[in-house]
Amino acid sequence: MANPILSLSEAALSLDGNAGRVDILHGISLSIDKGETVGLVGPSGSGKSSLLMLMGGLERATGGQVLALDHDLTSLSEDQLARFRRQHMGVVFQSFHLIPTMTALENVATPLELAGHRDAFERAEAELDAVGLAHRADHYPSQMSGGEQQRVALARAAAPRPSILLADEPTGNLDETTGAQIMDLLLGLRDKYGSTLVLVTHSRELATRCDRVIRLRDGRIDDTDMKAAE
Amino acid sequence: MRMAWRIARRELRGGIRGFRIFLACLALGVAAIAAVGTVRQSIEEGLAREGAVILGGDAEMEFTYRFASEDERSHMAHIAEAVSETVDFRSMAVMDAEDGPERALTQIRGVDGAYPLYGSVALGPEMPLAEALEQQDGRYGAVMQQVLIDRMGMEIGDIFRLGTQEFELRAALLIEPDGASGGFSLGPRTIVSLAGLEGTGLLEPGTLFNTEYRLRLPQGADLAALEDEAEQLFRDQGMRWQDARNGAPGVQRFVERIGAFLVLVGLAGLAVGGVGVSSAVRAYLEGKVTTIATLKTLGASSGTILAAYFLQIGVLTLIGLALGLMLGALAPLALFPIISAQLPVPVAFSLYPAPLAEAALYGALTALIFTLLPLARTEQVRAASLFRDAGGASMTWPRLPYLLVIGFLAIGLSAAAIGFSGTTFLATWTIGGILGALLLLALAAWAIKSLARRLGKSRALRGHTALRLALGSVGGRGSEAASVVLSLGLGLSVLAAVGQIDSNLRAAIQADLPDVAPSYFFVDIQTDQLQPFLDRVEADPAVSRVETAPMLRGVVTQINGQPAREVAGNHWVLRGDRGVTYSTTAPPADQITQGQWWPDDYSGPPLMAFAAEEATEIGLSLGDEITVNILGRDITARLAAFREVDFSNAGIGFVLTLNEAALAGAPHTHIATVYAEQEAEAAILRDVAGDAPNITAIRVRDALDNVADALRGIAAATSYGALATLITGFVVLIGAAAAGERARVFEAAVLKTLGAVRGTVLASFAIRSAILGGAAGLVAIATGALGGWAVMTFVMETTYRFEPVSAFAIVIGGALATLIAGLAFALRPLAARPARILRARE
Repeated sequence: MANPILSLSEAALSLDGNAGRVDILHGISLSIDKGETVGLVGPSGSGKSSLLMLMGGLERATGGQVLALDHDLTSLSEDQLARFRRQHMGVVFQSFHLIPTMTALENVATPLELAGHRDAFERAEAELDAVGLAHRADHYPSQMSGGEQQRVALARAAAPRPSILLADEPTGNLDETTGAQIMDLLLGLRDKYGSTLVLVTHSRELATRCDRVIRLRDGRIDDTDMKAAE
Repeated sequence: MRMAWRIARRELRGGIRGFRIFLACLALGVAAIAAVGTVRQSIEEGLAREGAVILGGDAEMEFTYRFASEDERSHMAHIAEAVSETVDFRSMAVMDAEDGPERALTQIRGVDGAYPLYGSVALGPEMPLAEALEQQDGRYGAVMQQVLIDRMGMEIGDIFRLGTQEFELRAALLIEPDGASGGFSLGPRTIVSLAGLEGTGLLEPGTLFNTEYRLRLPQGADLAALEDEAEQLFRDQGMRWQDARNGAPGVQRFVERIGAFLVLVGLAGLAVGGVGVSSAVRAYLEGKVTTIATLKTLGASSGTILAAYFLQIGVLTLIGLALGLMLGALAPLALFPIISAQLPVPVAFSLYPAPLAEAALYGALTALIFTLLPLARTEQVRAASLFRDAGGASMTWPRLPYLLVIGFLAIGLSAAAIGFSGTTFLATWTIGGILGALLLLALAAWAIKSLARRLGKSRALRGHTALRLALGSVGGRGSEAASVVLSLGLGLSVLAAVGQIDSNLRAAIQADLPDVAPSYFFVDIQTDQLQPFLDRVEADPAVSRVETAPMLRGVVTQINGQPAREVAGNHWVLRGDRGVTYSTTAPPADQITQGQWWPDDYSGPPLMAFAAEEATEIGLSLGDEITVNILGRDITARLAAFREVDFSNAGIGFVLTLNEAALAGAPHTHIATVYAEQEAEAAILRDVAGDAPNITAIRVRDALDNVADALRGIAAATSYGALATLITGFVVLIGAAAAGERARVFEAAVLKTLGAVRGTVLASFAIRSAILGGAAGLVAIATGALGGWAVMTFVMETTYRFEPVSAFAIVIGGALATLIAGLAFALRPLAARPARILRARE
């Protein structure tokens, strides 16, 4: 715990809905080291995806503090958060979330362009090649299978070589074999760039491949299983 | 069908919230047409009801150059309960002011004691007309329209002259009950008594004046029979009959034409609405793919499904039509005081079923045409869509029978528009223009999409994320390009065409024409006044050219012994009286297109030269015999030559020219045009009018200003029509922006996740709006210019010049409109938290 890249202190999240205020996360405190792979597990509605979103600055904590690379995400503006993600984070979703009006190559190049890389497209081509989709560079998302779309999403998340990779059930929409391939790729990318990986999953098998598993229940940390893979 | 109806009913239970744009588009288009139709019908009804008041009598017998003969008077006394005699002509009103005499052109009406037979004259200060016109202290009174009083700087009680007679201005003429029947006039009205006119010296032989005898007929008189009888008795003597069935034919014709044109402009609005309707139905059905696939899985046939959605759209169409008709019928009623105040004719506002039925028919046909295409595509939804994302599968064109039905409906709509408008030429051109513009816009939308797709992939744009994103969105699947370019483009095209035509016409009339047109027309120059007149103007160094011609008025009554109207219909040359001249010397040979001019000393049977273009339109050939009634006398002349007559430079141009001997002895006056430097115009007017007060001077610049004013009014009315189209276009635009909002929210969320700041996202949204709006504007300029060129070249027969100011205003307007709509719907995407949006789609 000497070198935390992500740390949450009493982080809380409440949302206002039609049925009134709903408390999603209650006083979450945890630290994640640089290079660590952490699995977030728990039953549906336990708050694991919400926790991941807090870590990515995609959702703003309503209480406590969220530090990433020594930046307090709760105090950053929407645009400062975007710039922070552009430089340090990659996010992968269960439903891939590729931009449908862009080809695979353009989807992968976009974060690099946003970060101002002049060689965005060359690097995007290399990333696509790394996930085995060089031949699909000019295809639109609708022309690709789910597995292929998720590989493009992985390439997109990894392309800026982020310090932190966040993945929200990246295999949730895929069959077992494809899911395993995606997981291999994800862990390969982590190794390749030395990123810290935080992964939400329902899969016990995937969880066992993480350094540590954090179990959530009712918006609270239920259990922390250090070195789960061992 | 019962099953289809059950499905439709269940689906409609969800309410019509998703159909606001559909309803707005249809209702606005129908409302605009219904409103125009209602106003037109109200005016026509008002004219019909008040026909006798507008005409000044149940019937009128009119003569040119003369008063009625004894025979004619006794016929009138025989058929009518009362007769009112009036004289109408134009002249100059002159008032002596401190810095010299003040002169103004005026249309004089001399009236007897019976005037007006119907309606009443309103004066300010209030007094009976007879008192205002009677002789007091040896001086007759007169009343004038306020505009003329102001123009001459007069006050009530001032003395002015008409010809050589002095009159006292007793009151301002506030309401002239028969004021609308005269049609276009160059000068405001002055009314004096017939007795007062006698001493003016203005009704000399050969001077142009009309006498109008208004008749009050017994109740239930058969107007048609009386017209036939009068025509038979007196037509050959140059009598013209008019009656209360159509009290103001000029106004009636104008209202019909402008009404028909505005309805056609309204059709453009309906076409724009159609684009919105089509987009709304397509979007609705795209959301129903799962439902349709499920129904197919459960065994519903394509026919049942098509019928179910057809019924749903049908119910919505009926709601849209009803809303539109209500709005279109009630808006004119609500705006009654404003509209009535703008119109010089009585308006009988009410609910008229005919224009509403016409608007409903157009609306129903348009809705059918534009909804069948997306509806027919329900056939292409496969049950397998449930198991595989159908988003990627591209829809193809519907089967041929559907396309044929759409084609037939479009032809039906065009035929209805042509039939109802009553002007085949105008309607065909306008519908052709709308269809052409739609086609051009569809092509443009396709081209913009392809170009955007290509540009978006271009290496040069790498690194320009916002621009590339915008191009990707414009060129990609689900792009708003088609609906935005079509709807906004068509609205802007109509506005652009109106702008181009209006500026071209005004440029021609107010900028170009004064350079080639004379400064003055002088009319009613008596033969003995001609030489002194020429001495004055030709000696003036500021005068560059003077042209004179003998001038009479005549009615073409027969062609080869047959009534002229039966032979050549309602050609303008045959309507009312026309200027006739005579000439001994032949014009330059290049002006004679066919035949031969008569020798200088010719004294045989009458010969005539006819304007070549008009002769072709009427269908005349050399050798034809034309009978012209001049001063009550028929002159039958043989067509000896056709000649080019140029009416475009506002110089002297006569359609009919006779040899001199044919008109020997006929009293006549001369017309003259004087081309002078503008600074010298006032002095020429002062000298000529001072020497000969009977001569009327018409300043061409003033006349052109009058024409330009009239054109401005027509352009304004058309612009309102175009504006309705544009508003509908804007609604479609909002619909498209609203429909695209969900996609934009998602895109913004992903982009923010990838590190895009809000400025980048906003720039991307703004760029795509500007691209689409600018493209719609550019295509509108092209179609507007094309329309303007066609109208100027083929209808106005003049040169067309591209007018950049209105054109650029339209491109900027288009881009701004799309930008506003686009950015208004960008607020939610920009404000949304990425996590919530993306998780909601998991």
